[in-house]
Amino acid sequence: MKINVKVNGTAHSHDVEPRTLLVHYLRDTLRLTGTHVGCDTSGCGACTIHLDGKAVKSCTLLAVQADGCEVTTIEGLATNGNLHPLQEGFHQEHGLQCGFCTPGMIMTAADLLKHNPKPSEAEIRHALEGNICRCTGYHNIVKSIQYASEKM
Amino acid sequence: MTATKYIGKSIKRVEDKRFITGKANYTDDIVLPGMTYGAFVRSPYANAKVKKVDISKAKVMPGVIAIYTGADVAAVNGVPCGWQVNFKNGATMKEPKHPLLVADRTKHVGDPVAFVIAESRAEAKDAAEAVTVDFEKLSCVTDPAEAVKPGAPLVHDDVPNNICFDWELGNPKSEVDAAMSKASHVTTLEFTNQRLVPNAMEPRSYIGSYDPINDKYTLYTSTQNPHLIRLLMCAFVLGLPEHKVRVVGPDVGGGFGSKIYHYTEEALVTWCSNKIGRPIKWTAERTESFLLDAHGRDHRTKAEMGFDKDGKIVALRVKTHANLGAYLSTFASCVPTYLHGTLLQGLYTTPKINVDVTGVFTHTNAVDAYRGAGRPEATYILERLLDLGALEMGKDPAELRQMNFIPPFDGVKQPGYQTQVALQYDSGNYEGVLKKGLEAFNYKDFRKRQKEAAKSGKILGVGISTYIEACGIAPSAVVGSLGARAGLYEVGQVRVQPTGKVSVYTGSHSHGQGHETTFSQLVADRLGIAMEDVEIIHGDSESVAFGMGTYGSRSLAVGGSAIVKSIDKIIEKGKKIAAHKLEASADDIDFADGRFTIKGTSKSLGFGDIALTAYVPHVYPKDLEPGLDFSSFYDPANFTYPFGCHIAEVEIDTETGKVTLRRFVAVDDVGTVINPMIVEGQIHGGVAQGVGQALFEGTIYDEEGNLTNPSFMDYCMPRADDLPMFETGSQVTPCPHNPIGAKGAGEAGCIGSTPAVVNAVIDALWSAGKKVKDIHMPLTPERVWSALQ
Ligand code: FES
Ligand code: FES
Repeated sequence: MKINVKVNGTAHSHDVEPRTLLVHYLRDTLRLTGTHVGCDTSGCGACTIHLDGKAVKSCTLLAVQADGCEVTTIEGLATNGNLHPLQEGFHQEHGLQCGFCTPGMIMTAADLLKHNPKPSEAEIRHALEGNICRCTGYHNIVKSIQYASEKM
Repeated sequence: MTATKYIGKSIKRVEDKRFITGKANYTDDIVLPGMTYGAFVRSPYANAKVKKVDISKAKVMPGVIAIYTGADVAAVNGVPCGWQVNFKNGATMKEPKHPLLVADRTKHVGDPVAFVIAESRAEAKDAAEAVTVDFEKLSCVTDPAEAVKPGAPLVHDDVPNNICFDWELGNPKSEVDAAMSKASHVTTLEFTNQRLVPNAMEPRSYIGSYDPINDKYTLYTSTQNPHLIRLLMCAFVLGLPEHKVRVVGPDVGGGFGSKIYHYTEEALVTWCSNKIGRPIKWTAERTESFLLDAHGRDHRTKAEMGFDKDGKIVALRVKTHANLGAYLSTFASCVPTYLHGTLLQGLYTTPKINVDVTGVFTHTNAVDAYRGAGRPEATYILERLLDLGALEMGKDPAELRQMNFIPPFDGVKQPGYQTQVALQYDSGNYEGVLKKGLEAFNYKDFRKRQKEAAKSGKILGVGISTYIEACGIAPSAVVGSLGARAGLYEVGQVRVQPTGKVSVYTGSHSHGQGHETTFSQLVADRLGIAMEDVEIIHGDSESVAFGMGTYGSRSLAVGGSAIVKSIDKIIEKGKKIAAHKLEASADDIDFADGRFTIKGTSKSLGFGDIALTAYVPHVYPKDLEPGLDFSSFYDPANFTYPFGCHIAEVEIDTETGKVTLRRFVAVDDVGTVINPMIVEGQIHGGVAQGVGQALFEGTIYDEEGNLTNPSFMDYCMPRADDLPMFETGSQVTPCPHNPIGAKGAGEAGCIGSTPAVVNAVIDALWSAGKKVKDIHMPLTPERVWSALQ
């Protein structure tokens, strides 16, 4: 099936198998490998991207469902070479160790801050419910998001 | 040395940028020209005869390139175990073959029967589903205490009673029994230290590739130790010449032990890449990770601690059945023995200790080292017994610990402490961390708060755990005498470039630990140069000479020390070059802050001058080689022994039994710290995993040997809203026997935290009048609620 998607500002048009997951389209066809696959039950959030501005798990969508949509991945978050405040926050507050969950965490947090620019600690933790990090114990992820929230 | 500009500072990580911009390079991100994809046909049964594998339909499906079955790899060796443990009678442990693909009988659910290679991932999976296998299902056993009983189904026909080894350490049983019989109080616990799934967030992924022109193999692997994988795969499994095999561990998304081992899939993709002449990628799906990444813990233990009338510990007796799974994973045999029994001295002066361990095969996935590896199990025994003993005797658990502590010793002026269980501790100040922990927690006011809270119907509890662990594994001769089949040194090469910039090649492997930052801080300070002028290279057997890799919190203590050894050689050679140029004797040259100076004068040369001279040796000592590039092997003199005090405060919801972790204080002494931010991060992550074991995690095998919770939906991992902010503190007792003073911080959090949390729940229950001794981990609402009734 033919799909047209705008990914990180660039228009793409591809023929995809109807069963292709959006995450595989991004990783395999567009070679945007910053979006990760951490599970097969929509439980980890490593694959989180923005679809028309909303955080979604790209492993739960088919590529064809993104037809006509705008997608932002971690690769598209920095603007004009400037890191997004969340990217900066994760660096400043040591919000990552192995980095595998990081793109998903950042994309989820970006959606949170869009709707709730000054979240409480509890609200941050609640918003991260669908994202698993095995390395950091979340302590510094929470601080990273607080850092960004201050900056934005 | 030099004034420290970087060491001890929380420098932001230099490796972060690629991870936060989505430009990291994990194995599954790599695509090689002509790459194919693999998928497995796996056994749905724990114990089944493989009667017939029919690949005829699958073979002709679209995109299928080849299908291999157990019969095809029957002549290939299995994956080896790296540590030999002997039976008490001296016989060698049982080591059945762990084949790359099963030909005759599967031994756990997920055991691979066939491997399908196709043009795409989807085609490989489709074809794998079309392979039909005629299984004859047999009965199975999953519990190690059941598996040793007469008549239990056998995992391997030639291993009687499923016993891989039996093993004992410490004082003779008769002496311990005698001391125990004189105790005025004996605290006893019988419990399961449940099986855990490590769940690194990056699923395991491998690419095997063969270049026929140069007869050369490359394996990309999500591993913690690329050189070790090369050694094991070449020498023991495939019989390939090592110089024709390159192993690369690129960015790796967490390990926690589960990516140490040499897995069958690594050898299989490498072997098959030669057969089909194209690269093959296999990446585990999360279900496969749950089923097949080596699991952790899984001990059935009875432990008794005897106290005299004052509360002094007089004896400790431990009997454990350790579940090894169906096959022996790379370090499976040493985890419940030399990494567990040897830690049962804890921080205490216990005069008589005996530990008895039976390693048992069952029809389950392999068990091996998971963050802490043996030490969490040992710490759990000791710290639970102490807190429970305090409750039973009506004593304060902090005071009970205090009166049993080994007194402070620095390992220099005072000698190391010889335990009853083989190890000699290097340095320690145990009362120091307890004191700091109690102060940080405000322990003295807790009972008041607990009573206050009780008035408003809240049940609070406090739990303490003062742990010790053994890291920096390890002196090769010592571990060799205990059965290790490898040396456990590390390699560090420091190459000073002609311009004075420095490339460091380390055998340690970073998969989240931040070596690129910590090692740069170390090197820059030692050489008096800027951190930006140092590059850390790791993870590729082609660029790094050799290495043993990262596990057991060894990277800084062992890998860092190897780098320091090379730096020392560079400085020594630099002094000779400087002496020649400055017309002085090398003995008269001092090196500090990046300059070689004639003692007592202002005549000096910078590090960059010396580097350039070494590569442009026009004015140069006659008997000296050009160049400034040294490689060193560092074999540690001893293990290192970090320790600490963890204190948890919990609240139990009386209606649901839900436990809320309200506070967690961790005061850890990991020796000299290079980057406090990174160390704290390690503690946070470790504590989260330890809390995970206490409250949330655990495999559930049914009677048929099925893992019934193989997904993030069913296996409960700690999430952000399950945890509080952690309160960390530190103390520094340097390691006396390595040049850095570091002891290791990777596992501490995971070792100390589990018993602290469980102790807190038990304390809460006792405060509510429910005198329970134990609740099975994980302490789910249902189990805690039942205890409250
Ligand atoms: S990969 Fe999408 S939620 Fe785990
Ligand atoms: S940083 Fe490793 S999983 Fe989050």
